[in-house]
Amino acid sequence: MSEIQTIELAERAAEGPAAEPKGGRFLFSSWHLVLIPIAVVMVIPLVWMVITSLQTLDQTRHYPPSLVPTSMQVRNYTDVLQQAPFARWFVNTLVVTLACVAGNLLFCSLAGYAFARIRFFGRELAFILILATLMVPFQVVIIPTFLIVRSLHLIDTLGALILPNLAGAFGIFMLRQFFRTLPVELEEAARIDGASRLGILFKIVLPLSGPALATLAVITFMWTWNDFLWPLITIYNPNNMTIQLGLATFQGAHQTNTNLRMAAHVMSMLPVLLLFFFAQRYFIRGIATTGLKG
Amino acid sequence: MAVRGANIRRAVTSDHVVGWAFASPAVLLIVVFGLIPIVWSALLSFQKTNLLSPAHWVGLANYRALPKDPLFEQSMVHSAIYTVLFVPFSVAGGLLTAVALNRPLRGIRIYRTAVFVPVVVSTIATVIIFLWVFDPNFGLANWLLGKVGLGPFAFFTSSNGALYSIVAMTVWGWIGFNVIVYLAALQGIPRELVEAAEIDGAGALGIFRNVTLPLLGPVTLFLVVWSSINALQLFDEVYLATNGGPGTATYVPVFYLYKLAFQGGIAGYAAAIAYVLFAVILVLTIVQLMVGKRMVHYAP
Repeated sequence: MSEIQTIELAERAAEGPAAEPKGGRFLFSSWHLVLIPIAVVMVIPLVWMVITSLQTLDQTRHYPPSLVPTSMQVRNYTDVLQQAPFARWFVNTLVVTLACVAGNLLFCSLAGYAFARIRFFGRELAFILILATLMVPFQVVIIPTFLIVRSLHLIDTLGALILPNLAGAFGIFMLRQFFRTLPVELEEAARIDGASRLGILFKIVLPLSGPALATLAVITFMWTWNDFLWPLITIYNPNNMTIQLGLATFQGAHQTNTNLRMAAHVMSMLPVLLLFFFAQRYFIRGIATTGLKG
Repeated sequence: MAVRGANIRRAVTSDHVVGWAFASPAVLLIVVFGLIPIVWSALLSFQKTNLLSPAHWVGLANYRALPKDPLFEQSMVHSAIYTVLFVPFSVAGGLLTAVALNRPLRGIRIYRTAVFVPVVVSTIATVIIFLWVFDPNFGLANWLLGKVGLGPFAFFTSSNGALYSIVAMTVWGWIGFNVIVYLAALQGIPRELVEAAEIDGAGALGIFRNVTLPLLGPVTLFLVVWSSINALQLFDEVYLATNGGPGTATYVPVFYLYKLAFQGGIAGYAAAIAYVLFAVILVLTIVQLMVGKRMVHYAP
């Protein structure tokens, strides 16, 4: 299946057989009997998490567990904010995530355009080598990557999380494929009018590439926000931690206070969840075309 | 003519320069943080090093030591059990869920969102949620299972159940991804094919088995390959939920190599494990693709 076909298919998945029946058809389909249990199993853990995050400590130690919120202890959330450098982790993660999104958009656009449209010496070889890095699992390269980052004196800084992730093979590949689907005539006309390559990229190609750029941005956001193994290896100082790593340490420090732990994690999930609800179609397209999961 | 020739030559020369100027920031990053580490890791696997003092060459010693290492063997066995359970459950489960979701029902958007949401939940949040749901004393799972006369189970804290608990947790987190891919493919199936089968008198089950399933072959192959690769690379969930335990009950290769390299200071040996794992993944992928080629028919 070609990349473009997959994108088209993913587009359709995002749109859905969306057509909910119009009008007042109240026929009950037996499919609901299949779908309701599935939906409940998928959602209940999350719902219970939110309920627990609003309970008192005593209520969390109650058996049988209550699935109905018995209290609304919003204080748990403010308590968490005071107990852990939560705001700091939040800002760190935001800085890293936005830097990686911006880096990927810029560098992958430039490289993707060069690989799609400009004939330059060594282009095919460079492209194949870039694709090769997609096939090697991260665990294989993790030790040398750590050594390289250490030799750059970036260990225990946000730079360790940003620099290696400013551009990726996936983004280059995806954008190259997308740029190749755009009509080349527009660019040729602009070139005859004396436009530079940079001008063509920014004034003609990128404005036509909104969906592809949005998909790359959303996927990079999710991936960076949820990354765990790399921060675990490169960051030690609690002040430099990302939210995922910080919460993993928080979990160790507050093993017994389930309600606070849940509150902390509900907060950590909010940005990605909000992004998901507002940009669901880009998520779905990105996920369907890449197989990336945070 | 001469002027035009010079212009073209200048344009071609500038293409080389501009092309590299555009590509070089990304290429440089990928070379430094992608390609060099691949080669370096291969070299490391032939060395004895603790990442601090200078390394020295030991030839194939790291690789020779692997078959004699009981913990490595255990890790591979756990990984095999995990993969054999995770892949069928998440792929077949994903297919059935996608088929159920692929129809214009009232509230279908709500169902779909419910199935997709776990995909964007981070691993650590997933783990925290399941440690709580699977809590032996206060957890929802034991309470619900108790209602039908099962359990109580110790889940993550029992050496027999920990690995299976990880399977259940990761299937929950991954199934939405498979559903998304299957849903995309289902919507690509031409309506005429299904209608033709209906006219020929095929029942719903017959259409599913003889029309839908074969057409989904390529996607199924992709998902089997992709889920297997991810299953063999399992790490985050193990590190966060059980830390390899109880005892060594949930040791898997990536967790073991992480322990060796970053807590044990045995980086060369860890690199050898990484390469063996890579080889296993590569061979398994090739076998799956070859078997798939015989079974899967691509649309003309």
